[in-house]
Amino acid sequence: MVMQLNARRTDDTVARQHLMATAAVATLDELEQAVARLGRPACQDLRAPEIGLVMLRGRMGGDGAPFNMGEATVTRAAVRLETGEVGMSYLLGRDPSRARLAAVIDAVWLRDSALVETVFLDPVQARMEADRREAAARSAATRVDFFTLVRGED
Amino acid sequence: MYVAVKGGERAIDNAHRLLDHARRGDPAVPEITPAQIDEQLALAVDRVMAEGSLYDRDLAALAIKQSRGDLIEAIFLVRAFRTTLPRFGASEPVDSGAMRIERRVSATYKDLPGGQVLGPTFDYTHRLVDFALAAGVSPPEPATAGQGEAIDAPHVTGLLDDEGLIEVNPGAQADHPVGDLTREPLEFPAGRDLRLQNLARGDEGFLLALGYSTQRGFGRTHPFVGEIRFGEVEVAFTPEELGFPVSLGRVALTECEMVTQFAGTAEVAPQFTRGYGLVFGQSERKAMSMALVDRALRTREFGEDVVAPAQDEEFVLSHSDNVQATGFVEHLKLPHYVDFQAELGLVRQLRREHAERAAAKASDAAAHREAAE
Repeated sequence: MVMQLNARRTDDTVARQHLMATAAVATLDELEQAVARLGRPACQDLRAPEIGLVMLRGRMGGDGAPFNMGEATVTRAAVRLETGEVGMSYLLGRDPSRARLAAVIDAVWLRDSALVETVFLDPVQARMEADRREAAARSAATRVDFFTLVRGED
Repeated sequence: MYVAVKGGERAIDNAHRLLDHARRGDPAVPEITPAQIDEQLALAVDRVMAEGSLYDRDLAALAIKQSRGDLIEAIFLVRAFRTTLPRFGASEPVDSGAMRIERRVSATYKDLPGGQVLGPTFDYTHRLVDFALAAGVSPPEPATAGQGEAIDAPHVTGLLDDEGLIEVNPGAQADHPVGDLTREPLEFPAGRDLRLQNLARGDEGFLLALGYSTQRGFGRTHPFVGEIRFGEVEVAFTPEELGFPVSLGRVALTECEMVTQFAGTAEVAPQFTRGYGLVFGQSERKAMSMALVDRALRTREFGEDVVAPAQDEEFVLSHSDNVQATGFVEHLKLPHYVDFQAELGLVRQLRREHAERAAAKASDAAAHREAAE
């Protein structure tokens, strides 16, 4: 039973990480539209959007011991819905509007994940995947194929 | 020594107003926006982020506008800005092996998993000025290949690792906190973590010259580019209040793994060694230079003699920061009137004594001549 509870919790955590990762890179438009479709739920600022720094770390040789490579600006926010759910956001850059909207979406997700998946997660994921595919296809077109040079002469 | 002076407020105000005017240039030419700088002078933005040691494209673009394109001045602005912000913490180390590859080349293997992907590069261009750009032509749509499958490109050095032909990267030590030179002053000898942090924010020109010097024989390391890759990696951070890592978004990085000359001992068979470079944005020159200098600075680790500037840790790490360097060089132009007055007094006194000695010598010689006659 305890094992099951832990497994459940882990699944929830993974799902929330997925949601927060998506909210962190969604555009202001996407966040605004989603919050509008969620009915602009009333909420209270637990942490007004705050801009700060996170030190980014790399690894020696790519996979060795960590080192500090430089900082990045990050904006974070936390809100509480009238129904009690506390939503949070952390995202790169200095953008209080996006951070607050992302926290609202996180809070609503905690109340009704299926709804947030439909109005926010699915469409934004689809847009991001299309962007990723376009970039990957453009990079792939610059792949050097040494064999073609040789084969072409035969 | 610099001594504070008073006065000149109006002249200073007017000088800054004149600077604002000069920055704007001819009002008949449209004003540039930070967004234009970000999109169209992207590599300048990358450099300001890397050496400003702060990943924030919008901020770097604005700093470039404010500095009139003086990148070291822009870097200075970015460094000053970061001191105004609280730090939330440190990220999980980024996984460069999982990078979304935009460019990836190897000079050591022709055929490698993931392939050689040229990406947006100046390499193989003819370096002829393109006058069509002055007219503002739209570029053709980029070519595409495949359906956008992810490019799976494991690190090339893994191929050497499998055979034990290259040294294993040092693992994390549990009892060793990651050094941070923005919190603790640099002391020598510095660990490799601090050296890499210093080089990552170091001046590109300084590191380029040092890297070049190792190639020309001042601390030779026989380097090969095992791999250079550019693309975006995900940044994960664990907020205390959540207790699990969340993704903050993606940052663009350039990574260079340099494969360098053998080292071995009675116990360990000869192996290739490594130099490593990791830089914000797209900057191969900087990442490659960093990797060369990283390897050169590992001299003592491999029992090599420190015979060249690039191997001298104190020399390299103390002079790599262009904000510190420009501060100390440029402070010379500030008023040094009191100091200079003291020097003037001293040189006058020395000249007076010199003249007195010369006069005494001349009268001695004259007296000697008379006595002889």
